Amino acid sequence: MEIKKPAVAGTLESSDCQIVIRPNGGEGIEIELESDVAVMFGDSIRETIQNTLEEFGVKDAYVEIRDKGALDCVIKARMECVICRGAEEKYDWTKEDAR
Amino acid sequence: MAEKTIHLKRTSLYASGASPVNMIQAIFYNEDMLIYDLEDSVPAAEKDAARFLVYNMVKNHRPKDKYVCIRVNGIYSEYLEEDLQAAVRANPDCIRIPKVEYAREVQDISRRIAAIEEKIGLEVGKIELICNIESYMGVINAMEIAHSDPRVVAMAVSAEDLTASLKAQRTKKGLEVFYARNAVLMACRSAGIDALDIVFSDINDKEGLEEDTALAKNLGFDGKTCIHPRQIDTVNSFFTPSMKEIKYALRVLQAVEEGKKQHKGAVTLDGGMIDKPMELRALTTLAQAKAAGIRTEGMVI
Amino acid sequence: MEQSRETYINAVGREIPKQIGNYVVKPYTGAYTTVPSDAPVHTLRTAGKHVSGDCKMVENLKDAIVKTGLKDGMTISFHHSFREGDEIIGQVLTAIRELGIKGLRFAPSAVVNIKNPSIVDFVKDGTIDRIEASGIRGELGDAVLDGLMEKPVILRTHGSRPRAIEAGELQIDVAFIGASAADEYGNATGQIGPNACGSLGYSFVDAMNARRVVVITDYLVDYPCCPASISQQYVDYVVKVDRIGDPDKIGKGAARMTKNPRDLLIAERAADVMAASRMFKENFSFQTGAGAISIACTNYLADRMEEKGVKASFALGGMTAAIVDMYKKGLVRVLECSQSFDAVAARAIAEEPGIVEIDNAVYSNPFSKGSMLDKLNFGVLGALEVDTDFNVNILTGSSGEMMGGLGGGPDVAAGSDISIVCLPVVRGRTPSITKKVFTCCTPGETVAAVVTEAGIALNPKHKYYAELKEDLENANLKLVSIEDLQKLAESLTGVPKPIETTDRVVCIVEYRDGTVIDVIKEIKK
Repeated sequence: MEIKKPAVAGTLESSDCQIVIRPNGGEGIEIELESDVAVMFGDSIRETIQNTLEEFGVKDAYVEIRDKGALDCVIKARMECVICRGAEEKYDWTKEDAR
Repeated sequence: MAEKTIHLKRTSLYASGASPVNMIQAIFYNEDMLIYDLEDSVPAAEKDAARFLVYNMVKNHRPKDKYVCIRVNGIYSEYLEEDLQAAVRANPDCIRIPKVEYAREVQDISRRIAAIEEKIGLEVGKIELICNIESYMGVINAMEIAHSDPRVVAMAVSAEDLTASLKAQRTKKGLEVFYARNAVLMACRSAGIDALDIVFSDINDKEGLEEDTALAKNLGFDGKTCIHPRQIDTVNSFFTPSMKEIKYALRVLQAVEEGKKQHKGAVTLDGGMIDKPMELRALTTLAQAKAAGIRTEGMVI
Repeated sequence: MEQSRETYINAVGREIPKQIGNYVVKPYTGAYTTVPSDAPVHTLRTAGKHVSGDCKMVENLKDAIVKTGLKDGMTISFHHSFREGDEIIGQVLTAIRELGIKGLRFAPSAVVNIKNPSIVDFVKDGTIDRIEASGIRGELGDAVLDGLMEKPVILRTHGSRPRAIEAGELQIDVAFIGASAADEYGNATGQIGPNACGSLGYSFVDAMNARRVVVITDYLVDYPCCPASISQQYVDYVVKVDRIGDPDKIGKGAARMTKNPRDLLIAERAADVMAASRMFKENFSFQTGAGAISIACTNYLADRMEEKGVKASFALGGMTAAIVDMYKKGLVRVLECSQSFDAVAARAIAEEPGIVEIDNAVYSNPFSKGSMLDKLNFGVLGALEVDTDFNVNILTGSSGEMMGGLGGGPDVAAGSDISIVCLPVVRGRTPSITKKVFTCCTPGETVAAVVTEAGIALNPKHKYYAELKEDLENANLKLVSIEDLQKLAESLTGVPKPIETTDRVVCIVEYRDGTVIDVIKEIKK
């Protein structure tokens, strides 16, 4: 997918995260992470974000995430949502069948 | 013996698909049924987000000791198709349909679920359905809805929208929905499925909750939906069977066992026939007893 | 500061250097193994001489400090009964700085979290060069972890502080005792006055053993001040200031119960554990404390006491309005208060005969001729982290940051019959049940039960394990293993990356008996 416009997903509630995505003008993938658990899970969060971007075939995006202790699957869910919103596309759930 | 596992439905709790913290905490309370909600607790702008959250939460952190349910959006809503695509793939025990009014609505959804189940290689027909009755039409058609599809395992009465559709005033005593509760209950009994009672909205009124739950149990309901975790233990306690009920259940199952050993076709107890529904009721009673911590092995009957 | 390369592995498996600067380490060997010396207790208190007409009032703090003879390198102390509303520490340190006195050892009775001015400033300018407390937080905590202090901070439990003072390990030159009311001759109390803070129990040992004692108040009463929690016979000088603290923060209304359903569930479960135990019978005793979960637990406990018609002989430790309520309902005969957590509890001491102020030492000193903990049946405790050996961390958070304080946790765990640690399995994405706590504060052998929203884990190594297990099973309570709780926490959060530290010790965590149970090291940048 291609990120066409800035989009946001998630909240700053405890155990959630808020992700803002926008096109990065051809600079590729950049991730800015602010997290309550940066020391313990910072690397893991970046990995999840990278993996999700790859799964959706996103090559160019600036991702800003403010994390309030969201579990890994919540970060993934928020990423999936914000990518679809930014790409203005609906998710094709049949993609899940390949897993 | 029944092929299906007994899933108690004494208490149901909704966890909003818009709130990660609610969904995580809901895993730890004592509700029998946890409903991940895509409908009323999720604002329109967040329907897409909730779908991703619920799908991921159910796939990754599904509680093993609960009956897991996903409530999709309304039958005629723009969200339903995608909801089903996500919900079936999450493989919950059950999908809960809001505002059901006709049997054909249930059948339609059941077919759509089957198509997805088949596509992904799940056992077709395994995902169960619970129908929420929330309008006068739903009450009037309760019979046909209860019998509409083999997937349907329960119907739940939802008082808020029902009262609005009746143009009635919602009161604590609930006389305005009394008929509706009983009508749905009777339809459930006719179809041999579970009947789930309305929510008691005042979370600070413990006595009121106890009265209402006692009434629900007396009327014959199998469970009640909770609006807040602090109601759960109280409601569960009312659906704990009495010693008398437990002993009767044990006798029923003992008779069934003996019937099998002696290769009898028909089993009787106290001069009456024991049919499948009775056997299921007995198993449910013992499951309720077990859930309440009552040990039934070695009980003298 | 030199740290020896040789180390001990202590009885909870922590590696501790044998010497850290001048501090010679006695490694922790067990919760009940150490025997105290039979020598007389240490004190710096001197005789005094006053005759009729003498005056102890001093115009201002600076003059009083000069009169005490405070010099570079000496030790000063404060109590923490004004909680976040304290303004005495700031005023006294500012005055000391203006006098140009440096290199002091700062020894308050508990956690220090004053913001304006910040203790960090006094360390940076050399006024303070050593700290001995129960915990350090916020800006000071971060700075210490970053390597601010030359000499390591020494952290002690509530019970260990009077022990250390009487053993001569901590000798106080000047004790500054803030009081809500005092008279011109030094009788002082926290029970009355517009900024009443309640029990001054943590300052008794300072009053009795410091070389010089300065009472500071904003409310001077006619002689004699009654009640007199601190007696004039220990007091050298009295100073009246405009404000001893922020009235809103000192006189906070009844501490509120949590509304979080998860915390309520945990609190109710803890009450169920107590009610199921065979020790829950007429004249039992309990301590619940002041955390969010604690107050709810107090209320659930009261319900069960009413249901079963059981009354308690006493409640111990920090008091809240919830416990005062229980007393007023006749459910508890005596409240033994070492501190008051809200205005209701603060004022109740003066109003009720059965609610009494006690010396922190009689509450928790393990080396006195008997502490009230010896008679305590149930203690409810909070925690940041618990590991599969039931060791408890109440000091450092998920990124290694200083968050809590030792408080009386380790004392209550060791002294009570049944100690119950309450916490959720995860907080956000931070697992609270782990394989090894980052900092060991309370040794597992003293923890009987861990109560979470996912179930109750009993410690098989605890002395009352067998009977507690039987009692809880009979009550149909959900028992799980601590390993299962740890796996559950990890299955939710994922495996965290360990916090990296250097070898340099910045904090020494002492156990009740003065041995070293763990150390906190500088965080690697």
